[in-house]
Amino acid sequence: MIDLKKRGLQLFRWVEIRSGMAGTVTGMAEHPTPVSAASWWYVFGSAAMMLLALQVMTGILLALVYSPSASNAWPSLQFINHNLPLGWFLRAMHGWGSDFMIAIVLIHLTQVFLFGAYKFPRELTWIVGVFLLLLTLGMAFTGQVLRFDQDAYWGLGIGASITGSIPVMGGPMVHLLLGGPIVGGATLSRFFTLHVFIIPGLLLSLVGLHLFLVLRLGINEWPMPGRIVRKADYQRNYAALTKSTGVPFAPDAAWKDAVFAAAILLAVMACAFFLGPIGPSGTPDPTIIQTAPKPDLPFLWIFAILAYLPPEMETIVLLAVPPLLIGGLLLLPLIASEGEKHWSRRPVAVLMVTLIAVTLGIFTRLGTYAPWSPVMDAWSSAPVPARYLEHRTPLERRGAMVFQEKQCRNCHSLEKVGGQRGPALDRVAADMTEDQIIRQVLQGGGNMPAYGNALSPAETQALTSFLMSLHGNQRPAMDASEGIKPQNGSHPATPATGAPPVQ
Amino acid sequence: MSQSTEDRKLAGRDGAGREDQLAPVPVEWRGSEQEKLAARPSESSRRAFLFKLAVGLNGLVGLVLAAPILGFLLGPAMKKRADNHAWVEIGSVGSFPQGETRLAEYINPTNGPSDGETAKIACWVRHASDGSFQVFAVNCAHLGCPVRWFAQSKLFLCPCHGGAYYEDGSRASGPPPRGLFVYQHRIAGERLSIYAGELPTLYNEACAGSKPLVRLAPVGDEEVRRA
Repeated sequence: MIDLKKRGLQLFRWVEIRSGMAGTVTGMAEHPTPVSAASWWYVFGSAAMMLLALQVMTGILLALVYSPSASNAWPSLQFINHNLPLGWFLRAMHGWGSDFMIAIVLIHLTQVFLFGAYKFPRELTWIVGVFLLLLTLGMAFTGQVLRFDQDAYWGLGIGASITGSIPVMGGPMVHLLLGGPIVGGATLSRFFTLHVFIIPGLLLSLVGLHLFLVLRLGINEWPMPGRIVRKADYQRNYAALTKSTGVPFAPDAAWKDAVFAAAILLAVMACAFFLGPIGPSGTPDPTIIQTAPKPDLPFLWIFAILAYLPPEMETIVLLAVPPLLIGGLLLLPLIASEGEKHWSRRPVAVLMVTLIAVTLGIFTRLGTYAPWSPVMDAWSSAPVPARYLEHRTPLERRGAMVFQEKQCRNCHSLEKVGGQRGPALDRVAADMTEDQIIRQVLQGGGNMPAYGNALSPAETQALTSFLMSLHGNQRPAMDASEGIKPQNGSHPATPATGAPPVQ
Repeated sequence: MSQSTEDRKLAGRDGAGREDQLAPVPVEWRGSEQEKLAARPSESSRRAFLFKLAVGLNGLVGLVLAAPILGFLLGPAMKKRADNHAWVEIGSVGSFPQGETRLAEYINPTNGPSDGETAKIACWVRHASDGSFQVFAVNCAHLGCPVRWFAQSKLFLCPCHGGAYYEDGSRASGPPPRGLFVYQHRIAGERLSIYAGELPTLYNEACAGSKPLVRLAPVGDEEVRRA
């Protein structure tokens, strides 16, 4: 036993004399850091790195089986999910690991921003970090394409459509993106190359650079109101602070990093185990059009914004906003390289973080249920509520049938069932007069198609009479002039008792 | 610094000699006269010049090398429009009843060996009541999602962001900036063919200039426009 230990030590020395690695690594791990930076708030960077390691590992294992060809990718994923022992768990870890990595990278970025750590002399560290964020998002997008299912196929179409709206260069750029004129085998191959070779290569090199810069410049001290960053004396002051309050990073700070990284890895494994792998959904057959494509969670907010932008603004916003956002992130440390680091002295920074977080949160939430999308099967699957048919005339009931037949329900809900693209119609007659309803139905407008071509006069009359019976507990709306002239229309105003019309 | 100290300590324990106790450097290790001459500054500047020359040569080779690399990389973007398109038959006229709009599919003419089922493309064929034909791309003009035809309300609806089109492909409502993309078609005897091969995007509209709908056919191909 003792002999074994001695032999082990000898081997270690043999390697160490030649490589000097243990000494270098120990030196780096023990680099002094201000004791205030040994904080639970400073653990996100190392957790992101741990997740990257997990992604590399699970990714390599998946690549052993995955087939990056348009004809075999989908079946090979099914094979991993169902036929390989623990294949489903590996895929689940890779998928959830990706979501966790994006979340942790974003938290890391927010923390660094709020703690002013991007200021002098750490501007370059921040800039490299911005590229790391972009590369992480690039991994998520290309990874989603490799899950070559319906969402991936039509998602590529969305990417191509956005690219195609670029002036002048649009067409050739679409062909570059897709590797040809359509989404096909060449498209998947190039996204595989991006996901497996190009982006990981860049990501790992830049992580190395990021880490090198952290070691070279030291970990950001805990910001204090009044500890002003000035280029002239920051490095001297930081050295003084580190000298008087410095502790070795390992073990004094590193134990927190290790605990947090372990917790995150456990959380990924728990999600993978309990929630399972993500997809694949249906086969990427372009002739199956009964599908409602949606991007993965990290990109849902973009999907939502694209639904709300007015058509005339869309191209401009799509082409101008991303460069502005990325440019803003890159320029931030150059513009604000000096001054206060503490968040209590930087109200604009705190407001910006709050605003961006709330915006992203709201749009992501909207993206999960997409109220702007018609519910394609509502007209045939959601019956008109029975109470809207009680005590109605035959014409009104016929109108209810027209309402369903003409797919009005796909965009308009009754009793909260149906599409949310248009307004709910439970009380439509309380807000619109008969004439207004007819005009709206026949001519459309305000985001509603015109139904003049799709409705016969009889159908229009029936539909309108049904809609006029929907006014809740209120009186139906009527033209101000109707009150003074004798009632002679097809639809007499209901008495103001608040009761539904009883015929 | 601590690293080299550590090294020395380890080296000492390993049994190798310590620097301070070593004999003077043997004469064989002090460099020959010839080597010393070659290390003179004048010789050094000659080598510096040669280094610059070598770097320049490498740059030149790099440029030559870049040509095939860029050519390969940009290949898909360099293709002529006509290379990506061909006339494809999508069915017989009789299989599209007058007054109806039906889904047809074809194999993309530019398909490759590994395309699998993605080589199949769908399109909407409208045989209007007046006998004319229109063939629409399934891709929404907004972001390319597949639009669905609803015969009862005579609308194409997009599931992604709620774009809606009338039966003739014109824009009805929602985010699309224009009507559905229209394929050029021709009827030879009983066979209906379209000029296809490219994923329709807004770039096509940019090419069409002021024309409201896309022409996906070669310019000057007059006889095909008789539908």
